[in-house]
Amino acid sequence: MIYKMSKTERVTFKNPVVRWIDERLPIFTLMRKEYKVFPIPRNVNYFWNFGAIAIFMLIVMMATGIVMAMHYTADTRLAFDSVERIMRDVNGGWLIRYVHMNGASFLFVAVYIHIFRGIYYGSYKKPRELLWMLGVLIFLLLMGTAFIGHVLPWGQMSFWSATVITNLFSAIPLIGDGIVTLLWGGFSVDNPTLTRFFALHYLLPFIIIFVIFLHVCTLHIAGSNNPLGINVKKSQDTLPFHPYFTTRDMFGLLVFLMIYAVFVFYMPNVFNHPDNYIPADPLVTPTHITPEWYFLPFYAMLRAITFDIPIPFMDIILVSAKLGGVIAMFGSIILLFFLPWLDSHPIRSARFRPLFRFFLIALVLDFVFLGYVGSQPADATLLDIPLNHFGLTGTVYYYAFFLVILPLLSKIEKGRELPTSIHQVILQAGNSSTSGKNE
Amino acid sequence: MSKAMKIKRLLIFALFSVLAVVLSPVAHTVEPIQLPIQDWHFSGPLSTFDRASLQRGYMIYRRICAACHSMKHVAFRNLEAIGYSEEQIKAIAAEYMYTDGPDEGGNMYERPGLPSDYFKSPYPNHNAARAIHNGALPPDLSLIIKARHHGPDHVYGILTGYEAAPEGTALRAGQYWNRYMPGHIIAMMPPLAGNMIAYEDGTPQTLEQYARDVVTFLTWAAEPMLEDRKRAGMKVLLFLLIFTGIMYAIQKRIWAAVR
Repeated sequence: MIYKMSKTERVTFKNPVVRWIDERLPIFTLMRKEYKVFPIPRNVNYFWNFGAIAIFMLIVMMATGIVMAMHYTADTRLAFDSVERIMRDVNGGWLIRYVHMNGASFLFVAVYIHIFRGIYYGSYKKPRELLWMLGVLIFLLLMGTAFIGHVLPWGQMSFWSATVITNLFSAIPLIGDGIVTLLWGGFSVDNPTLTRFFALHYLLPFIIIFVIFLHVCTLHIAGSNNPLGINVKKSQDTLPFHPYFTTRDMFGLLVFLMIYAVFVFYMPNVFNHPDNYIPADPLVTPTHITPEWYFLPFYAMLRAITFDIPIPFMDIILVSAKLGGVIAMFGSIILLFFLPWLDSHPIRSARFRPLFRFFLIALVLDFVFLGYVGSQPADATLLDIPLNHFGLTGTVYYYAFFLVILPLLSKIEKGRELPTSIHQVILQAGNSSTSGKNE
Repeated sequence: MSKAMKIKRLLIFALFSVLAVVLSPVAHTVEPIQLPIQDWHFSGPLSTFDRASLQRGYMIYRRICAACHSMKHVAFRNLEAIGYSEEQIKAIAAEYMYTDGPDEGGNMYERPGLPSDYFKSPYPNHNAARAIHNGALPPDLSLIIKARHHGPDHVYGILTGYEAAPEGTALRAGQYWNRYMPGHIIAMMPPLAGNMIAYEDGTPQTLEQYARDVVTFLTWAAEPMLEDRKRAGMKVLLFLLIFTGIMYAIQKRIWAAVR
C-alpha cells in the first residue's frame, strides 16, 4: 500500500542526481509531501510553535550532551571535578554546560506549554488519541532523563534527590525493594548508581527521538488540530507547511531562544540549587532537599499524602502514607494517558466550552500553586495553616478535574455553536477588520 | 472577540505566575537573615572584575584564608587572568613545595610548585583538617560563591558579621557569633580585621574593604569565565535580535499574500 502510494504520488525532480536517488529511494518525495506541501490549518496560532521548539531544544541537549560526555567522568570520586574541569579548562566548556543545564529547563518550558495547548484546544480527542498518548510517553521519558541527568554532576542536591526519589520505589509492595536495589546497583546510592545513570542518560534521548518520530508520524496521519478544534474540510482551510509555517516556526523559535540566551549568559544558575556546587557528601544531609523546578508540582503531590489509608473498620493498613504519595505522584501522569476517554465531549476547543475553559484555567493555576508548595520546606505554613493542607487540596483538585469534572462536563456541558469551517471564520474576521478600518 | 482577549489575558497571567514562582527568591530562602546587599563591580550585564581588587583579594586569600581553606580548582596559571605576568606566576608557584614522583628510583620527592600546579591545600587530607579544627571541616573555597544563595553578599556578610553573642547564649570554646551565619554560631574565628594587611596602592585598610576584595577574588575563582560569558552574551543577543527581526519581516511578507 505504501509502495503503491509512493509510486502514484512520486514527483519528477529536475535535478538529475535528486531524481536518480528519488527513483531508488523516494526520500525527496517523502520530504516534499511531509514538510513542504503538508497542509496545516491556516488559523493555527503561536501555541502551535512549541512542538518544533521542543524538538529543537532536544537536539541542542543531545549535541551539548555528547560533547560533555567526552569530558565527563562517571566516577563518584571524579564526577564533580570533571564537571568543574569542563567549566574551567575545556574550550567553550562553560558555554556548553550552561546551555545544557538551562536547556533542560527551557525544554520543559516548551513541553509544558505544548501540553497545555493540547489540552486547551482538545488536541487529544479522536482521531488524535494515540498521538496524545505518545506525547505523554515522551513527557515521562523526558522526566526520567532530566532526573538522572541532574544526578550526574554529583553535587549535594544530585546525591540527595537521587536518594529520596529512588527510595520512593521501595513503597511498591513485594517488588519495591528489588527495584531500588536494581536502580542503585547495590545497597545505597553509590558509584554503581552513578555509572548506570550515566549510561541511561546517554541512551534515553535516543529512545525519546524514536518516540518523537512515532509522535510526528501519527500527527501527519491525522493532521494538526487548530484553535477552533473543527476538522479541516476544504483546501481553503489550509496552507502548505512551507513557506508559511516554516518561517513562522523559525520566528517563534528565535524569540524563544532570545529568552533562553538571557538565562544562559546572564543568570545561568537561577534554576540550579546552590547546594549542587558542593560535592556530594553521604554524611551531610542538606537542610531542604528540593527537586528541579519542573518536578515541583509532582513533588508537592508526593508530599501531600501524609496519612495511612486503612481497610475500612480494620486495623490493617491498605496503603501506607509513603505508597499513597507515590501513587498520587505517578498517578497524576498516568492519568493523562486516559484523558481522551475521560473527556468524551464532542467539542474539541475550549473556545466553545466556557465551563471546561474555566476549570482548565483553574487547573493551570492549581498546578502552579502546587509548584510553589513543592518548593517550600515540608513544615512550611501559609496563613498559619500547614502548607501541606493546601498541597493536599491542590492534589484533590488535580484528580477531581480529570476524574470527576471532565466526565461530568462531557455529559452536561452544552457548549457554543461551532462555526461551519475555518475558511468562513477567517473571511468573517477579515471582513470585520477591514470594515473597522473604513470607519 | 472580547472573550478571546479575556482568555489571552488569563493565559498570560498564568504564564507569568509560573515564572514568578520559579524565580521567586521565597522559593529558596527560609532563613529570615537580611544579607548586607552590596553593589558589586562584577554584577550587571556588561560589567567586569576590578583587576586591582582581584589582586588585593588574592593577596588576602594567600595570607589569611589559605591557612585553613583549600582552593583546589584554581591553578597558578589561572592567575594570568587577574593580571599577573608569567614571571610573577612562576615566582608565586615556586613559593610552595609539592610532592611529586615517583622518580626513576621509585621514590617520591619534593619540588617547588609550577604554574600548572593547583593551589596547595593546607592539609594532607580531610581527616587531618578535622583533627585540627575540633571536627569541623573548613570548606574548599573554589566554588563557595556559587554554593551559597546570594553568594557574594553572603560571604561578605560572614566576613563582616562577627559580633558579641547576645546575653544568655553560651558559646563553647572555638565557637563565635555571626549575625549572617544561618543559626548564628560559626566555628571560624573572625578572619579579618582593619589594618591587618598593608595595601600599597592607598586603598583604605578597613575590614569592609578587605571583605570586598576577598569576595571579588572568590567570585572570580568560582566563575573565572564570567567576563567572557557576559561579552559573548551581548554578541549572541545582538545576533538573535537582528535574525529575529529579519525573520519577522520575512514571515509578515509571506503571510501578507494570503491575508
